Amino acid sequence: MSNRPSEHYVAPIEDANVEVDALKLKERKSNLWLDAWRDLRRRPLFYAAVAMVLLVTLMALWPTLFTDVPPNSECSLSNSNGGAVAGHPMGFTRQGCDIYARVVWGARTSLAVGVLVVAITAAIGIPMGAIAGFFGGKIDSFLSRIGDIFFSIPYFLAAVVVMSVLSDLRSVWTIALAIGGFAWASLARILRAEILQVKNSDYIMASEAVGRGRMSTLMRHALPNSLTPVIVTLTIALGAAIVAEATLSFLGVGLGDTVMSWGNDISKAQTSIRTAPMSLVWPSLALTLTVLAFIVLGELIRDALDPKARARR
Amino acid sequence: MLTYILRRVLQAIPVFFGTTFLIYFMVFAMPGDPIAGLFGDKTPNPAVADALRAQFNLDQPFIMQYLLYMKDFFTGNLGVTFSGQQVSDVLARAFPVTLKLVLMAVVLEFILSVVIGLISGLRKGKFFDNISLVVALVLSSVPVFVAMFVAQYFVGIKWGLAPVTVGADTTWGAMFLPAAVIALTVYVTGMRLMRGSVIESRQADYVRTAYAKGLTHKRIVPVHIARNSLIPVITNTAASFGALIAGTTVTEGIFNIPGIGQVLYQAITQSEVPTVVTFVTILTVIYVIVNILVDLLYAVLDPRIRYV
Repeated sequence: MSNRPSEHYVAPIEDANVEVDALKLKERKSNLWLDAWRDLRRRPLFYAAVAMVLLVTLMALWPTLFTDVPPNSECSLSNSNGGAVAGHPMGFTRQGCDIYARVVWGARTSLAVGVLVVAITAAIGIPMGAIAGFFGGKIDSFLSRIGDIFFSIPYFLAAVVVMSVLSDLRSVWTIALAIGGFAWASLARILRAEILQVKNSDYIMASEAVGRGRMSTLMRHALPNSLTPVIVTLTIALGAAIVAEATLSFLGVGLGDTVMSWGNDISKAQTSIRTAPMSLVWPSLALTLTVLAFIVLGELIRDALDPKARARR
Repeated sequence: MLTYILRRVLQAIPVFFGTTFLIYFMVFAMPGDPIAGLFGDKTPNPAVADALRAQFNLDQPFIMQYLLYMKDFFTGNLGVTFSGQQVSDVLARAFPVTLKLVLMAVVLEFILSVVIGLISGLRKGKFFDNISLVVALVLSSVPVFVAMFVAQYFVGIKWGLAPVTVGADTTWGAMFLPAAVIALTVYVTGMRLMRGSVIESRQADYVRTAYAKGLTHKRIVPVHIARNSLIPVITNTAASFGALIAGTTVTEGIFNIPGIGQVLYQAITQSEVPTVVTFVTILTVIYVIVNILVDLLYAVLDPRIRYV
């Protein structure tokens, strides 16, 4: 080495007064759910849908908050097909019942059927789809063939058969079983496809490499990472189940006459469509808005959870 | 291709037997006397009950009952309806009507999907796109029977633009209103498929190339963008064809259209369960067959898909 002084003075490390100031890197926490929530929070439609769902839920849980007319009562034929008067904002049905009170009480039936169907669909569809997709091979072929059979019967027709046969056992429970007992097949298909994609990820391999069992890997890693389409499908299925119940009741194979349900009310009102269309309009409107709320919610969640969809927007 | 067709048809056989068995099982394996069950709270006429016992072979063990039922089904002996008509006669009379209705609905659905989807896709995020999404969401959440009543009330009763019910007059014109309402309640899926693939193909290399070689917008939109986006819409429309044939019960009931759906509608509302079971079985079989055809169509249309 020569004795030439070095061209650059390099301070010894103790002398250097290096300080990073004012550059606070705010750690922005980010994961799929948080991103989705940020996306949803900015969309007014989300609040509208949530408000509608909350309203219907309140009506279903505490109908007396909204009306003081007890269920199936205070009908007076003198009010038959009457228009709106004070205290009865939606007028009266052909039987002279307060339409508003019937709409409020009907929420409970619709929501109960919807929630039960979703529970049944999830209880059968999630294990069927997850196990078929994750374990593959013979188990997959077997479970998928069963799913194919249920998938190939339009679930509305299947429910018609079940409800026709169970003519003296018609209740919210049987109707939910009849719908959910067939609707699970499409959920199983969707989840199976999702699990198949997730299955070959590194983290699944890592989980098994550290000695976690197959079943435990499925429960802890594969399933939680495949839940997005499940949640979306179930939200939309809730709306579809409400429509199915109303349609079955409309055809006369749903709930008994004494049960207050939007489907029953629409069915009864159809005979007076010319003379008193409003008794048809209000329950139909309640039904449509509720279903719309669930479908919008499902679509928004789908968009929010799918970065690709966000880009497409 | 031939092996694919063969495989797909073979796969359908267990599904076919599975579905029919499931329906049969739901009805005839219930606890109690199935014949009494079929009549609900009515007391059956002994002669009718005996005829039903014979028709469903209830003196045989359960699995034999099902197999004999299937044998009858295949040999075209579909039994009689409640009013004593041969099911095969009813089918021959009613099926063409349903087919006509569904065909019209499917064509309208296709046109709506393609036109609205294309415009939405080309104007992503603009006014038309947003409005069409909102309208689509609303339409897809209106239950079919509500939609039918709305149409019947406004178009039929208030404005008098179309017959309120169809009845015996099953011309294309008379069935246009119900077909249009069906199309409006189902076009949403196809429209969104179209929109999605238009958005994707707008950014595709071949579209950029087309612009680069100086082709006009007027030529690129129909030839390069629209045509390449059609495959998913076509298969979706074909799939909805099967679902619609199986799902015209409510429509035909409300509009009094003498198709299969109406036969089923009347059987349901008058709780004639044996007729309900027969027609649900028939509709399910049709649904399974149409779905096989759709899968084959898919393979024909999209050369990238070859399940060997």
